[in-house]
Amino acid sequence: MPFIPHTPEDIKQMFDVLRGAEFSDLFDEIPTSIPRAELNNIPEGMNELTTAQHMDEIANLHPKIKNYIGAGAYEHHIPAAVWDLVGRGEFMTAYTPYQAEASQGSLQLIYEFQSMITALTKMDVSNASLYDGATALAEAVLMAIRSQKKSNNKRILMPQTVHPHYRETVKAIVHQQGIELIECPFDLTTGLVDQVKLEKLDADSFSALVIPFPNFFGNLESVDALTDWAHAHDALVIAVVNPMALGLLKAPGDWGVKGADIVCGELQPFGMPLASGGPYAGMMCCRQELVRQMPGRIVGQTVDQEGKRGFVLTLQAREQHIRRSKATSNICTNQGLLVTAATIYVSLLGPQGLRATALKSHQNTQALLALLKEINITSVFSAPYFHENVVRIPHAQEVARQLAEKGILIGLCLENYYPDYPALKDCVLVCVTETKTDNDLRAYCNALQGKKS
Amino acid sequence: MMKPEPLIYEYSVAGRNAHAQCPEIKNDIVNIPKEYLREVAPALPEVSELEAIRHFTGLSKRNFSIDSHFYPLGSCTMKYNPRGVHKLAMLPEFLRSHPLAPETTTQGFLKCMFELQNMLADITGMTGVSLSPMAGAQGEFAGVAMIAAYHRARGDHARTEMLVPDAAHGTNPATAAQCGMTVKEIPTDDQGDVDLVALKAAIGPRTAGIMLTNPSTLGVFERQIPAIAKMIHDAGGLLYYDGANLNAILGKVRPGDMGFDVMHMNLHKTFATPHGGGGPGAGPVACNEKLKPFLPIPYVLEANGKYNLVTQKDFPQSIGRLSTFMGNAGILLRAYIYIRMLGKKGLVRVADHATLNANYLMARLQTAGFELAFPKRRATHEFIITLKHEHKAFGVGALDFAKRLLDYGFHAPTMYFPLLVPECLLIEPTETESKQVLDKFIEAMIAIRHEAETQPDLLKTAPHTLPVKRLDDVRAAKELNLRYIA
Amino acid sequence: MGTVPDELRFTPSHEWVRVEDDFAVVGITDYAQTLLGELVYVELPDVGDVIAQGEDCAVVESVKAASDVYCPINGQIIEVNEELADQPELVNDDPYGNGWLFKIQIDKLEQLEELLTSEEYQKQVAEEAH
Repeated sequence: MPFIPHTPEDIKQMFDVLRGAEFSDLFDEIPTSIPRAELNNIPEGMNELTTAQHMDEIANLHPKIKNYIGAGAYEHHIPAAVWDLVGRGEFMTAYTPYQAEASQGSLQLIYEFQSMITALTKMDVSNASLYDGATALAEAVLMAIRSQKKSNNKRILMPQTVHPHYRETVKAIVHQQGIELIECPFDLTTGLVDQVKLEKLDADSFSALVIPFPNFFGNLESVDALTDWAHAHDALVIAVVNPMALGLLKAPGDWGVKGADIVCGELQPFGMPLASGGPYAGMMCCRQELVRQMPGRIVGQTVDQEGKRGFVLTLQAREQHIRRSKATSNICTNQGLLVTAATIYVSLLGPQGLRATALKSHQNTQALLALLKEINITSVFSAPYFHENVVRIPHAQEVARQLAEKGILIGLCLENYYPDYPALKDCVLVCVTETKTDNDLRAYCNALQGKKS
Repeated sequence: MMKPEPLIYEYSVAGRNAHAQCPEIKNDIVNIPKEYLREVAPALPEVSELEAIRHFTGLSKRNFSIDSHFYPLGSCTMKYNPRGVHKLAMLPEFLRSHPLAPETTTQGFLKCMFELQNMLADITGMTGVSLSPMAGAQGEFAGVAMIAAYHRARGDHARTEMLVPDAAHGTNPATAAQCGMTVKEIPTDDQGDVDLVALKAAIGPRTAGIMLTNPSTLGVFERQIPAIAKMIHDAGGLLYYDGANLNAILGKVRPGDMGFDVMHMNLHKTFATPHGGGGPGAGPVACNEKLKPFLPIPYVLEANGKYNLVTQKDFPQSIGRLSTFMGNAGILLRAYIYIRMLGKKGLVRVADHATLNANYLMARLQTAGFELAFPKRRATHEFIITLKHEHKAFGVGALDFAKRLLDYGFHAPTMYFPLLVPECLLIEPTETESKQVLDKFIEAMIAIRHEAETQPDLLKTAPHTLPVKRLDDVRAAKELNLRYIA
Repeated sequence: MGTVPDELRFTPSHEWVRVEDDFAVVGITDYAQTLLGELVYVELPDVGDVIAQGEDCAVVESVKAASDVYCPINGQIIEVNEELADQPELVNDDPYGNGWLFKIQIDKLEQLEELLTSEEYQKQVAEEAH
């Protein structure tokens, strides 16, 4: 039987110590009125070889494809060293580093991770990660409200250019705490949040403005103007970022005059495979003054009894305290394994590699858009963008379906994501990363051209 | 003593780069307006590929892990994380699937998820399962939110109180507050069962339900669960089950059959997915028929042999979406593979051997003179010893024992939880440990107890053989140093 | 239980009050500081803040726990102990003296009568520590 080492002799010796009991005796405190489990829907077990054959069959149901979908999960090359190292048992099967002396590997790694993320975002503090980008945004909203305790204001301005799934998740998590998420419409010409309509919303006060960068459409919001506008209204700025973009683009700590207050986002582009949506990792940073309101684990540097440098989980008392205050969080974990992948990835790429990856992705997207223009498929939005863009393809859903069968996932059809905007019917969100070659781009266009009628 | 490992930043040399990992760009033309661009490169380490590998390899050697050490952490179920499971979950076909890819291209993965839902429902005695919560705490949130939604849907807005035993895990009150509820604590008696008299007094028209785990956090089976279930249900409330200790009853009895209406599971505990130094976990939620409409989306349904993910439009009463995509998908896949490897017989043997190991350990430690918290009760998959006698006699407590155990090559058991038992160690061996390992652990505990008597300072200043000695966590909190600054 | 000075007044949530002219000095008790352990951080209200009786107005944080401090009476904050920014451990070393938290202008004298006497507080602590 898999993974249980006991031999009959072991079992006999152990039951001898238990004065001749048997397996059924071990469960004699369970009332007999509770029916015993039968597990009729569990098939018989398999050894590793048979399991591998079974999984190969299942994997074969996945055709080979070229992927041009982004929308919050981005396909980048992952250096072989990343998962080789992450797969070491000492990283993969370690527990949460509560016994700090026995976990210096994980703790130091997280400290290095925190250092890298603050460097990228130009913020003061980073935590050790949260579950994913969407829940990180929910936690950022709760944090913003906790931090604004004086004005007791529970209104958050949420542009509709924030990822639809992020907005849904935030709503599911915060709505039972009396927090109002005020959605701000976007401008159909630019693809950016509509600043005219936004300014009309300041009739009442609000605790925070969420600014995505890039936004869901790949477009770049006017981060400086929006940051200053929010601060002028005594509100906090929550930045939602793609950390890969920050290899090239302006860090939230530099937005406007004072910079963003809280930064969150999705770390998946850093060394995590697409893998059907997870596991990924959410990031969160903040200004120094807000550190005691930040949820999640944080690693701090200290010394041991002999003055040697060491690392521990710190500010843990906050976790209980945060729970007792009005805007409550119950989070108590981090995505340790994925943080390990992200840290190794960033170490291997360095600032040059990150910039080159971001730039090549962007240039590839531009190249594809240029080719598409030649066959009369054009961008829908006028604002500047980064490595992702919305184009209009007639009969988009049908075209996407047919090309998927030929092994090309042309992008994300937006029709079902913005039901309030019929103009987005037939719009497709396309993302090209550094993983695509010129041949790939030509093949994309040829396939589309074949479908155009 | 191990040499200190420098920070990755301390290897950094300006201009150094892992060239093989840097994409080739034809030119440096950016074509994005200047006001959106970074002016100064981020302060990230610049190292070669070999340096990075040496550094992280070096860091890994400074960790305890299941692969290297016995980890009897109570309530954490530190069982072997099968390598084969990990490898198969990382097949390239699964890794390259985009979460928003057309479902025609991901039927293999969706099939595994659908079957996992069904198998987990069977294991737990429930009928509906959603796999998307990404950790136990999120699964707990989902379960309590579903209870709140159920009452609201019935038009009953008075039910704002959640009952919680005083021995419960700290996330329980936090979760209740997140769902707009208040918590009423119910005391535990000296045999480890919930105080039924106090429970009866606490139940009323404002009772939304009760949050329990069984076996409880005290490591014993809550024997009165049929009576408790009846009391709560008769009063119109629902029962929520915290699945942290599911390993103890796997294949024996099912929470659904005990009267629970909704529960979460911890795949990183019971179903052997890797702990990864703090995560990722997965906390799927399961429920009976009456709570099915409220399950968080997405989950997988099947029609005419095709698998698809459902949305809020399909189930408008759902409590909503809890993650960007469908949760920790790769972890879910690992749980599926693990259950398929074990199969029906393998699952049943888990609780048998986990319980045998715990009872054996408990009996031998008791014989060796350690004080059990509940000497008259059977151990489930875990049990508690209290070191309050040693604390009084020798001045060493659970923390000191724990630190000294590290020197003997064992990760310490869970300390100081549950709060009800002073100077406690909550010990859970799991089924994947051999008698030989358990015997070595017992020898170590006896040796340390002897040291406590004759050389208590050895414990108080432990650990001695690890990369660092005992760390100053007061200083860490007072003088915050949370990132490297050159 | 630690020391419980007779001339002070107390709250059930372990704050102490010393009346001086028309204002009161507030801190946490010796018992409270032993439960918390060495403090690493103290968050104080701002001078000028108007606080109601029972409102949480400060936080004392140790490695083990972060606890709210509840204001014992209505009033306006006139001074806070700025030494605690660098030396939060003053609260542990001298909870009734140099470890004071803040000074508050007394709004309603009657509220002082509602507070526990030293004897009453000692009784409560003895019961809690059972």
